[in-house]
Parts: sequence; C-alpha cells; structure tokens
Amino acid sequence: MPDPEQAADGTTQQNPVKGRFFMRFTRGQRYLHAVLFTTFLGLAATGLPMRFSESAWARRFASGVGGFGAIIFFHKLCAVVLTLAFAIHLKDIFTRAFIHREKGIFWGKTSMVANWKDVKDLFGHMRWFLGLGPKPQFDRYAYWEKFDYWAVFWGMIVIGFSGYAMWFAPFFAHFLPGWALNAVLVIHSEEGLLAILFIFSIHFVNTHLRPDSFPMDMVIFTGVESEEEFKHKRPDEYERVAEEGKLESRIGEAPGIWQINFSKVVGFTAILIGLTLLVLTLSAYFI
Amino acid sequence: MKTASFIALALGALLLAGTPRAARADTDCLACHADKSLQDPSGHSVCVDAQKFGASIHGSLKCSDCHATIKDYPHPDKVTPVECKTCHADQAAGLVGSVHASAASHPCTSCHGDAHSIFPKDDPKSAVYPLNIPRTCGACHGSEAMAKKHGLSNVYPLYMDSIHGFALSKEGLLVAANCQSCHGSHHILSHKDPESPTYKTNIPKTCGTCHAGIAADYDHGIHGKAVAAGNMKAPVCTDCHTAHAILQPTEAAFRMQSTPICGSCHKDKLSTYHDTFHSQLSSLGGYVQTARCWDCHGAHEILPASDPLSPINKANLVATCGKCHSGANASFVQYQPHANAHNRKLNPALYYIRLFMNLLLVGTLTFFVIHTILWLIRARYDQIKKRSAEGGKDA
Repeated sequence: MPDPEQAADGTTQQNPVKGRFFMRFTRGQRYLHAVLFTTFLGLAATGLPMRFSESAWARRFASGVGGFGAIIFFHKLCAVVLTLAFAIHLKDIFTRAFIHREKGIFWGKTSMVANWKDVKDLFGHMRWFLGLGPKPQFDRYAYWEKFDYWAVFWGMIVIGFSGYAMWFAPFFAHFLPGWALNAVLVIHSEEGLLAILFIFSIHFVNTHLRPDSFPMDMVIFTGVESEEEFKHKRPDEYERVAEEGKLESRIGEAPGIWQINFSKVVGFTAILIGLTLLVLTLSAYFI
Repeated sequence: MKTASFIALALGALLLAGTPRAARADTDCLACHADKSLQDPSGHSVCVDAQKFGASIHGSLKCSDCHATIKDYPHPDKVTPVECKTCHADQAAGLVGSVHASAASHPCTSCHGDAHSIFPKDDPKSAVYPLNIPRTCGACHGSEAMAKKHGLSNVYPLYMDSIHGFALSKEGLLVAANCQSCHGSHHILSHKDPESPTYKTNIPKTCGTCHAGIAADYDHGIHGKAVAAGNMKAPVCTDCHTAHAILQPTEAAFRMQSTPICGSCHKDKLSTYHDTFHSQLSSLGGYVQTARCWDCHGAHEILPASDPLSPINKANLVATCGKCHSGANASFVQYQPHANAHNRKLNPALYYIRLFMNLLLVGTLTFFVIHTILWLIRARYDQIKKRSAEGGKDA
C-alpha cells in the first residue's frame, strides 16, 4: 500500500522519470493544441461521412447520430470553436510581435518561419536516412514541425474560407463568381481530406509513433521534456540555451503521474479515433 | 323490460320486412335447400338462405329464372351451371378477351361473391362495393403463390400501403382509386395490351381520370410529349410513382427514394448530382428538404432549360434557387448543380482546381510517406545500435 501522502506528492518517489525537466510549450500553447485536435477530430468525424456519403459506413454513422442535421450541426460547431482558437492564436502572435516586441518570432532560430537551415536539414536528414551523412542537429523547431505548423495554418485559411463560403453561400455570392461556389466544395473536401490523411498518418508517426517518441510524445500535453530528450532531439537549441546561460530559467516542474496518465488516455483516444477514421477513409477508396 | 320489448319489436319488424320477399322464393325448392347440411356429390353446400337471398338484388327472382334447366322434382344430381350472361349480356361480352375470360377459373362469383347474396355495387354489402374491391381482388392478387404462378407481382399489400390504399381503407374514401378504377372491371386486359388502360401510353389518361390537372401538366412537359410521340423510354406516371405502392410524394419516404428513379434514365446527371452538397445531404438521411431532381426541374411539367417557362431557365433561376436559399442573387445562381470537375471543356476552372488539389494531396502524401518510412527504419536502426552498445538491452 503506498503511503497516501507520498502518492499525493507524485513528483518525488512515484515519478518514473527522474532528472531535470525543461519547458517547451506554454500552458496556452498546450490548450491551443488540445482545442485544435479535439475540434479537428470532430470535424474529421463529421466531414468524412459527408465526403463519402455513398459509403455504407457513412450512412450507418449518419443514421446513428441522427442524420445529416446532427452531422452538419457538430461540423459547424467544431468549425466555429476552431476558428475562435485560430483567431486567439493570431492575436497572441500579434501581441508577442508588436506589443511585447518579442524578438525571434518572425525570423531566427526560435521562429516558426522556414529558413535556409531548414532546407539544409531536410536534405541532410534524408542523407542520414540512407546512411550517407551525419544526423542534422535541430534547433527549437525542426523542418517537419514547421511544415506541420504551416500546413495547419494554410489549411485553416483554405478549409475555413471555403467552408464559410458554403455555409453563407448567398452572402459570399455578392463578391464571388458562381463557379467559385462549385469550386469551394472541391477545395474544402480535397484539402480536408489531405489534412485528415496527413495528420492521421504522417503527423502521428513523425511526432508520436517514431522510435524516439514511441508511443507518444508527451511534451504537447505536459509542456515539459526531460533533459535527455531535449539534448537528443534538439541539440542545437540545448547548446544555444546553455551558452546563453538560460538553461536554469527553462527548468520546469516534472509532470505528475496523473498528468502523464491523463495525457496518455487523451492522446491514445485521439490517436485511436484518428486511425479509425484513416482506415474508414482508405476503405472508401480501396474496398 | 323496456329493452326486451324493444328487441322484440325490432325482430318483428325484421321478420315483417323479410317474410314477404322470402316467400316469393320457391317454397318447393326450399323444402330441401333450406337444409344447412345439404351437399352436392362433390361436397359443396347447396343450402340457400332464403332470408339472405330475399334481401339480395336477385331476391325477386324465382329459382328457376336462373336454374332454368331444372324443371322437375327430383332433379338430376348434376345440373347445368347457371348462365349469368342470359341477363348480363354486356358484362359477359366485356369478359371476352379479358385476362379473366375463362369461366371455369373465373366464374362471376369469384368477384361477386355467393350467388345467392349478390348486392348492387353501391351497396356496402357488395363484394364489388368500392371499399370492398381491394379485398375481393386481393383474395387472389394478395397471394404470393398465385403471383408467382402467373408472373405477376403480389400487388395487394403494395396497394394497401399506398396513398390510394390508405385513403380507401383508413378514410373510407369512395373516390380513392381502387383496383377497378385503373384496371376496369369485366374487360381487364394485360398491361402489355395496347387497348389496356394500364398500357404504358394509356397510363397518363388513366391516372388523368382523377388527376386531371397533373395529367394536363404532364402532357405539356417533355416526358408527356415524348410519350405522345411514341418514345417508349420516356416515363409515364407509374415509372416514377410506381403502379401500386404509390407514396405521398411530399413525404420523406418518397423524397428519399426519388433521385435514383430519375437517375435510372439520367445517369450522367445523377453522377454529377452525387458530387454536390445537395446529394451528400440527401444520402445521409434525416434531411428531407434538400433539393431533389424535381425541386428544381419541376415534377410533371418538366421543360428544357431553353423554355422560358422552365424553372431552370436563366430568367427563373433566382426564384427557383430562392425557394430554399433565401438571398439567392444573380451571381449565386451561376452555381452549377451538375458541374463535372472531371470535364475540362465544360468546367475548365473547376477542372484545374480539382487537378491542383489532387496533385497537392498526392504529392504531399507521397513525399511524406517515403520520408517517414525511411526515417522510421533509420531511427529504429540507430536505437537498436545504441541500446546494444549500452549493454545489450535490445528493445
């Protein structure tokens, strides 16, 4: 029987991971990701039956949840929530860049904006895959992480705009030509499909299921990562922060057991839903 | 006491009313044929209920009026069957050439019921009273075995669940179409017979007997004109509404099954309809108001888009789309409900947008799938190498 006091103080003895932990994501960023993947799963789960409305599973799912009316309601609800989250993110970037005058948002080693090193890293990484060169040393955001970010960013604008154009078609028709109303469905559905296939296969594997992170990268849920992980995954950033003497200020609290378990439950549920939807999507093409 | 005397009075009245007519039936015949247990050599009851017979339309006739060959008593065991056509010559003439022509398999009594209690067709007791006709015909045409034997469909249950069947059986509506409204009564012909009211080209006229307004609309429409011009592929009423299982067309059940009906001929239009949001809505159910074919094209008076009266004529599109999309304007109605994103000539903009989106999708995924697979292999290889270097702890 574990001592209740010890159990409550999860970080001391019960925590399986020892050593120092460093902050990677702020609470706000983690919440943003949580809202993003929850609404994305909702949008995918309601969008796919519409995209594949001729499939038996789509019809069965639709009749199970109360038909098209229920599906479109949840699709729009998730869309509105995600739009708000996107707006909050834009406002956050704007505040950091122009109000707080934070450096390195739009350019530099900590920026999400792609630079020449990313191009070199991409080719270097692939040379390493084939055993033709050393493994590139990544900084705060690796090129595939930047791609994920910008893919979502572009997807938000494209899918969002085309979605609202369909939702409020008579209004958008005031400044869009008629054929654009045909085009928005094609764009919305193809881009949505790309996002779904990409997230549920590439992002899941690159970020969570690859050997370095398997079975799940907890950092997006807990906000912190172990010193070992930090050094291994982002040696450039670790060195740079150490040189600047800011390592101490990045130290965060080790995640509690409940936090890890909670993250696992949420994360695996998301992955499971995602993989189910991926299988259904592929089945619509190949079965 | 009061009740008892009322019943007695009522019974007396009935007797008084019945007795004089029953008395007219030959008492000689009834001496034997009133016996309920009396049977012919083949075991059929030959008992006649004088009371019932007296009340029937033939109640004033004598037995020998119909059983004309019986002159003496005792009569032979085998008697000549009664010839109804002696009096009912017109009806007998109608039966000639009809599907029920054979007197052996379809005697008059098979529809009109017990020969000794036949009532006029406007009497609710009659087997051919409008409200009783479906049950009468259904005695044969509600049998799966009989339908199979003659290559017909088992129509009685279909009819009873139809809008006509409901009107007749639930509302008791005398004007609701019953079997004979469309098929006729004595001169019933196969639907393959050009003379039949159910022959394809005659159907609009047959349905038009009641649905006169719709028949006129249909005649003006492209389908009606095609059928009149001898195009047997063009649909008549029953091709869309079915013959017997006719549903209320504004109700969900019919709306949900309607697009494949039009699509069975207009295959290319159904395929492009399937690409649209209208179709996605309708396929998933629970959303019956979404646009089906006739919501835009009209149902009976279907006209080509070039016709100024057509709801899909350019001049009428704002009104037509506006039925659902309030606020539809001239730009909105340029939307093409049957756009084909795979047809470069018809829809170039859409074609190239789809092509770009497809290339983007295939390109991105192909690159990253290869990238990820190579990465997985390499990372796993490194991990195993590192762990074995650390002390042989392989994963």
